[in-house]
Amino acid sequence: MGLLTNLKDSVSRVTDRLFASEDPKRIGIYGPPNAGKTTLANRIARDWTGDAIGPESHVPHETRRARRKEGVDIERNGQSVTIDIVDTPGVATKVDYKEFLDHDIEKDDAIRRSREATEGVAEAMHWLREDVDGVIYVLDSTTDPFTQVNTMLIGIIESRDLPVLIFANKIDLDQADIDRVADAFPQHETVPLSALEGDNMDEVYDKIAEYFG
Amino acid sequence: MPEATPSDSPNGDSQNGVQIDLVSGSRMEGLRSMEKIRMILDGVRDGNIVILEEGLSPDEESKLIEVTMTEISPDDFTGIEIETYPREEASDQSLLDRLMGRESTETLTVIGPANQIETLHKDDQLISALVSRK
Repeated sequence: MGLLTNLKDSVSRVTDRLFASEDPKRIGIYGPPNAGKTTLANRIARDWTGDAIGPESHVPHETRRARRKEGVDIERNGQSVTIDIVDTPGVATKVDYKEFLDHDIEKDDAIRRSREATEGVAEAMHWLREDVDGVIYVLDSTTDPFTQVNTMLIGIIESRDLPVLIFANKIDLDQADIDRVADAFPQHETVPLSALEGDNMDEVYDKIAEYFG
Repeated sequence: MPEATPSDSPNGDSQNGVQIDLVSGSRMEGLRSMEKIRMILDGVRDGNIVILEEGLSPDEESKLIEVTMTEISPDDFTGIEIETYPREEASDQSLLDRLMGRESTETLTVIGPANQIETLHKDDQLISALVSRK
C-alpha cells in the first residue's frame, strides 16, 4: 500500500511539473543565518521592481518570517522570466536567546526574538517541503560551507528534485573563498556574487533565467 | 518481557554521566517518521546522545528540524546538534528507487542536545565530538 502511495505521489509530482501552467515560479532563498539572503532578495527586488523585501542586519535571525515578493520580471536576452521571491529565515538546528545578548539586545527582547526565530525556521522548512518550485541557496563565502545544516538542506532539496543554484555571497570581502564553496557541492553550479556591492549580478540574473525560466 | 525503551536506565540515575543510545537500523525500520522523531527528541531532551545506525531520510531530517524548533524554550532546551557522514550523491540511486520514493538513508547519525555536544572535527570518515554533562 505504501509502495503504491509513493509511486502515485512521485508520478503526480512529475506530471504536475510537466503540465504546470505558466504561473510564476516560487523561488525560495535559503541558507544559514547571516549568509546575506535578505540583502540578495532586496537587491533582486530593487533591480527589477524598485521595492525592497525586508530589513537587513548583521544580527543573526533578523528575518524571522518568510517574506514574499510576487511577480518579479527579470529580462535576459530579449526574454522575460517572472518569479515570486520567497526570502526565508536562516535555517539552524538550535537557537539560544543568549546569542542575541552579544548584540546589545535586552533579555526580554532576545527571548522574543529567539521565539520568533524558531517559528520562522519551522515555517521555512514547511515552505521547502510544500511551497517552492526552485531554490537559491546562499552561502557566506568567507565561512566554512561544510556544515551539517548545509549538507542536510542540500540533501532535502535534492530529494525533492527542486532545481537549485548555489550563490557564494560576500565575494567583496578579503577572506572570500569561492573554490571552497564550489568544492563543497560540486554536483551544483556555484555563482559568486556580492549582493551588498552588486558584484557579478549579470551572471546571477542569467543563471536565474536559465534555471527557473 | 516488555521491550526496553532508550530512556530506560538501569539505576535510574544518569546524573553522573552521559547516556548514549545506539539505535539499530532494524529498530528504526518499524517506526513511522514522527515516531522516530519523537524517540530522538525525547532522548535528546533527557540529555542523552542518540546514535542512529542508519540515519533519517531527507524528509525526516526536515521534519526533525521543524519539530525541534517548536520545542525550543529559553533556559530549558536550545535545540540539537546533529552530525552525519556526507550522504551518497542522489545520482547514485536507481531510477526505480527514486520513482518509488525510496531514499538512501544509510548513514551513521549522531544527535545530542545543542548545549552538551560540540563537534570538534568532521570529515567523510570521522566525526569527533566533545560531550559534556548537563
